[in-house]
Amino acid sequence: MVPISWYLMLSALLFGCGVAGFLIKRNIITIFMSIELMLNAVNLTFVVFAAKWQMLSGHIFVFFVMVVAAAEAAVGLAIIIAVFRTRETLNVDRVNLLKL
Amino acid sequence: MSSSLHLNLWLIPLLPLAGAAINGLFGRRFSNKVVSAVALLFTATSFAWAIACALQFWGAGANPVMETHGDWLRLALPNGHSFSVEYGFLLDRLSMVMMLVVTGVGFLIHLYATGYMAHEGGYYRFFSYLNLFMFFMLTLVLANNYLLMFVGWEGVGLASYLLIGFYFLKDSAADAGKKAFITNRIGDFGFLIALFLLVKNFGTLQYDGIFEKASAMPVEVGAGLLTAIALLMFVGATGKSAQIPLFVWLPDAMEGPTPVSALIHAATMVTAGVYMVCRSNIIFSRAPMALEVVAIVGCLTAFFAATIGLAQNDIKRVLAYSTVSQLGYMMMAAGVAAYSAAIFHLMTHAFFKALLFLAAGSVIHGVGGEQDMRKMGGLRKYMPWTFGVMFVATMAIAGIPGLAGFFSKDEILWQAFSSKHGHPALWAVGVLTAFMTSFYMFRLIYMTFFGEYRGATADAHAHGGHDDHHGTPHESPWVMLAPLVLLAALSVVGGYVGLGNRFEQFLAPVVAPQPEPMLMNVELETSKVTSRASGNKIALVRSAPAGEEAPGEENKTLEYELMGVSILAAFGGWAMAYLFYLKNPAIPERITAALGGLYTTVLNKYYVDEIYQAVFIRPLIAFSESVLWKGIDSGTIDRSIDGVADGSQSVSDGIRTMFTGNIRTYAGWVSAGAAAVVIYMVWVVAR
Repeated sequence: MVPISWYLMLSALLFGCGVAGFLIKRNIITIFMSIELMLNAVNLTFVVFAAKWQMLSGHIFVFFVMVVAAAEAAVGLAIIIAVFRTRETLNVDRVNLLKL
Repeated sequence: MSSSLHLNLWLIPLLPLAGAAINGLFGRRFSNKVVSAVALLFTATSFAWAIACALQFWGAGANPVMETHGDWLRLALPNGHSFSVEYGFLLDRLSMVMMLVVTGVGFLIHLYATGYMAHEGGYYRFFSYLNLFMFFMLTLVLANNYLLMFVGWEGVGLASYLLIGFYFLKDSAADAGKKAFITNRIGDFGFLIALFLLVKNFGTLQYDGIFEKASAMPVEVGAGLLTAIALLMFVGATGKSAQIPLFVWLPDAMEGPTPVSALIHAATMVTAGVYMVCRSNIIFSRAPMALEVVAIVGCLTAFFAATIGLAQNDIKRVLAYSTVSQLGYMMMAAGVAAYSAAIFHLMTHAFFKALLFLAAGSVIHGVGGEQDMRKMGGLRKYMPWTFGVMFVATMAIAGIPGLAGFFSKDEILWQAFSSKHGHPALWAVGVLTAFMTSFYMFRLIYMTFFGEYRGATADAHAHGGHDDHHGTPHESPWVMLAPLVLLAALSVVGGYVGLGNRFEQFLAPVVAPQPEPMLMNVELETSKVTSRASGNKIALVRSAPAGEEAPGEENKTLEYELMGVSILAAFGGWAMAYLFYLKNPAIPERITAALGGLYTTVLNKYYVDEIYQAVFIRPLIAFSESVLWKGIDSGTIDRSIDGVADGSQSVSDGIRTMFTGNIRTYAGWVSAGAAAVVIYMVWVVAR
């Protein structure tokens, strides 16, 4: 049986990739995908611990996160389309109207 | 206070309030006819209800009727007692007289005003204020406790302010309103402290409770306290009733429309101070020193104002100073513990002074807004009715025998001479004042109605919004004349109620000077008080005036001799005015030239306004500006607020650099934060 620490290290690796992608990439779609990556890294830890402790709540939480992620994807993609329509770019550095 | 009558006294003040509310809220959309109908209807109903109440009250033996409508305030005091103030109305003989004067004269003046104000803007506003005044005045008069009286007291001050400043676009009118209000505030301050003292020492503000406790007080305990309370109350009265030193607002108050001068600044509101002193007679009678102050201030005011009245040329200002002077008479009467004489003069004065003002208004109306008597003259043939009624009123105020003013003024002079608290000097100054009163009033008549018309006939002097174009002077419409004629009738017959001391006997249960409490005589006093308070006072009514008025034969002759002197003074003033202003108009000029500086001083009202300006107002303004405004307000408060604002702005400026609008910067901050949390957790675990 694969030791639990391996799963956790994989999860941390995936999360680190997500954070790195989130910080480095300029394309909004890529950033979006990085967020999904982070979410799923967390999901992995949930599943692992649920299996380890034989508790169902971990699984349920994973489903919950997936539902939220799906909803977020729908809203986020809509926003991205709207941004692209008005700004004609997907470069986050040029989408900085939120500042004063 | 036992009486089975149910009079619904609350209706009397509340009806004018309803009128004020209707006109004030919806009057803008009404036509002038509707506005005046509403105002007159509610005032007339109030008057009718007052008469109905008075008749029932009279029919039931004129015992005090107290009607309460629940508590206004109910407080538990720290010392275990409770303190409550009621919504309560009291109808006794004193408030009955006041109530009838206020509603009756008030109604007549409302009627007059519908004619006088017909061409003015803000018609609904005027009548709304006027009705509001009636409400507060009736509250003042009918209240059964000092706090409710104070509400009315302040309310009439407010109404007076609003109405003096009725032509608020005119600076002088707005200033006069403010002056009246602020001067009155100074007096009210004294009154308020008197109320605090009453609450502290008697634990109540109800008239009956206070009077019972005050008269039960042994003199060695009560003298100082009662003197303090009485003097502070008198400070309030000097403000409201325009006595020295707070009289300065009343002449300026003539900036208001003439019906206002008649109603508020002659007949009713300014007499509130006299009413208050008479209402509190049990306190004043137990504070002889305070009474002395009241008498001397009243006497001086009467004299002082009369001398100023001699030299004024504005018809309304002459009347204003005459009002101050007559109020001084009333105060003098109250000060010699002749309260019924004060109220008697208050009543007759309300009739003839309201008439004088309204007639003066009719004159002003007739000549197109001119108020300077030097530009009038010869109006007798243009406005015979006005002349007739004004002549009657002048005779009444001058004290010509047979008219109202004679009876009341003579009563005051006699009391000033003979009362236990009186003094021949008070009488002498009073007679001198009567002489001057007669002189300046007939001077007014001769300057206004006799001789040749000296005013402009073609061009109208626009004044106070009188914009209708005037040619020659004209008589006023009947709606203005009818109240004048009624008031003239009252000015003639009003004095006969006092014949044979009937008025005095009528008021005696309320204001009869009671025996001064003797040392160690507490038991006796208390029992007397309880018998007074419990309503079976018919016996006392009969006995008290009998004890007071048991004149010997020589006393009677003395009274007639003094009466002769005052009649002489009245006719003397008349004759002198006739000589100076009709027979030989050169004399006054010679006299003024001879007097020189003294005349200028009197003409400028003894420079009292200028002195107040220099002594009180300028230093106060300077202090307010340099310390309160520049030092405390801008220097301390504003600066500290500005400091907080500036500080938070600079802090925010620093923080603002974090928010670039760049998503990846935000992401960086989030990651840094998350990293910090993780490091902290690791550090906690590893420790």
